[in-house]
Amino acid sequence: MTPRPILEINRLGHQFGDFVVMRDISLAVQAGTMTALIGPNGAGKTTFYNLVSGRYQPTQGSIFFDGLDITRMPAHRRVALGLLRSFQITNIFPHLTVLENVLVPLALEHHKGFRFWKSMSRERDLKRQAEEILERVGLASEAHRRAHELAYGDQRLVEIAIVLARNPKLVLLDEPTAGMNPEETERMVHLIQELAQQSGTTFFLTEHDMNVVFSVASYLYVLHQGSLLAQGTPNEIRGNRQVKEAYLGGSLDS
Amino acid sequence: MSARGFSGSVIATLVLLALLLLGPCILPIYWTMIVTEIFIMGLFSMSFNLLFGFSGLLSFGQAGFFGIGAYTAALLIQTGFPSLWLIIFCSVLVAALFALAIGYLCVRRDEIFFAMLTLGFGMMLFTIAHNWRELTGGSDGMPLCSVPPVRLPGIEWSLFPPVHVYYFTLFWTAAGVFILWRVVRSPFGLMLTAVRENKQRLAFVGADVSRIRLAAFVIAGGLAGLAGVLFCVFNRMATPDFMHWAFSARPVLMTILGGSGVFFGPAWGAAIFFCLEQLVTAFTENWMIVLGLILIPVVIFFPQGIVGTLVQWLGDRKESRS
Repeated sequence: MTPRPILEINRLGHQFGDFVVMRDISLAVQAGTMTALIGPNGAGKTTFYNLVSGRYQPTQGSIFFDGLDITRMPAHRRVALGLLRSFQITNIFPHLTVLENVLVPLALEHHKGFRFWKSMSRERDLKRQAEEILERVGLASEAHRRAHELAYGDQRLVEIAIVLARNPKLVLLDEPTAGMNPEETERMVHLIQELAQQSGTTFFLTEHDMNVVFSVASYLYVLHQGSLLAQGTPNEIRGNRQVKEAYLGGSLDS
Repeated sequence: MSARGFSGSVIATLVLLALLLLGPCILPIYWTMIVTEIFIMGLFSMSFNLLFGFSGLLSFGQAGFFGIGAYTAALLIQTGFPSLWLIIFCSVLVAALFALAIGYLCVRRDEIFFAMLTLGFGMMLFTIAHNWRELTGGSDGMPLCSVPPVRLPGIEWSLFPPVHVYYFTLFWTAAGVFILWRVVRSPFGLMLTAVRENKQRLAFVGADVSRIRLAAFVIAGGLAGLAGVLFCVFNRMATPDFMHWAFSARPVLMTILGGSGVFFGPAWGAAIFFCLEQLVTAFTENWMIVLGLILIPVVIFFPQGIVGTLVQWLGDRKESRS
């Protein structure tokens, strides 16, 4: 008996006006399976994430998260269910401190966003939890610096910390290593693997760096021109001729 | 913020409060009245800055809520409502309810669209106050023959002498500022800053951004209403001018002048505004030209405002010394 998938997409399609950007996508992400979505530039990976996270509403199909139909649910309510995302372009609170960046989602997680009277400095419990999360992503020493002052790779880690603060069941990572140098990339890959093993969080990532994809993901979906081209284990995808053609031969062998 | 810096600012605030309590003993009556007006416009500007500086929402319609506070108080006083406490409570409540209804329609939009919506609603409220003669007295406004005294157990305190109005205004301004201070330091205050910083990221960590903005809009509207009540008592009348869009520009000017990034910045802006006005009108009638000449370099060279720039300069010096 297979367990119920954490994310189930049925015949998802999307169009902007008459322009069809995504058609007939059905896929499932199993809890605990590191899954990746790959595809050449412009295949529709980010659009797909925007549909799943609630930034756009799909024009066709349905999205089930943890057994619940979330197709028309606003983004912030999907988050409350445990569906989080990161963005391809670093998306943090630049002028808040690193600690405050994590305190924002933590306050929301504990339903304290509408507390008007108690001083934030007395929320010691939240602060302690925020420090723990920063410890996990390796930013404890940067807690009191403003987020925009951090190095690029560290800013991306801030976003991971923000996402972790909501105690997610599933995290959509949109190119987590985009723009990183090899050293930063290695640190990020290591962190994602560690988090996947230690916490109950499932990761579903897009990535253009094939080395990263094949080293972390155990199941892959290949997107090409808005449709699913193939799916399978890394070995199956590596040997798939259609996929190779879609990528014009090159980068899969590297 | 360090624990020492925190207690330092509390001490500075208490010292300032003590000085203000002594104000009427030192100041001539004319200046006592000007400082009273500074309190009112200071509170009005600080309530505006909850939206502007803290949440990143530029409202051009705050005079609407200021005026609703003033008119509600004037109407209640005219009908012979005996309790001033209740008059204040009701006026603030009515202003907050209007802010709830209008804010519900405004907070979904950003930047210039939000500014235009608030401006539009402000103009509508002005027109109602101006044209509904039977209720508001039209362009003549509503003069008040008397204002009920402040009643505490065993004390009846007339609001006829300007010095009494000064202390009455100081008390309510301090109460309003205290509310703002608690709000910006609360978890909700952190949400407001997060709205300003990156509302998309905030929505994608599970916050209902519109609801947060609406709550800020209601608090700001209620406190603008409180400032309006105080202005009505101070002037012994409510006029449509209080609601005109030019009046909505005042908190904007004062906040820019003082600095939107500092908690008390807008209130200092109000103080600078009135003191300059006194100084300049002694020499020339063209005070607005001089104000413009001051505002332009402030906006160009000190976008953090006069007080904001000073605070930053002091902070930098402290840092370089330690």
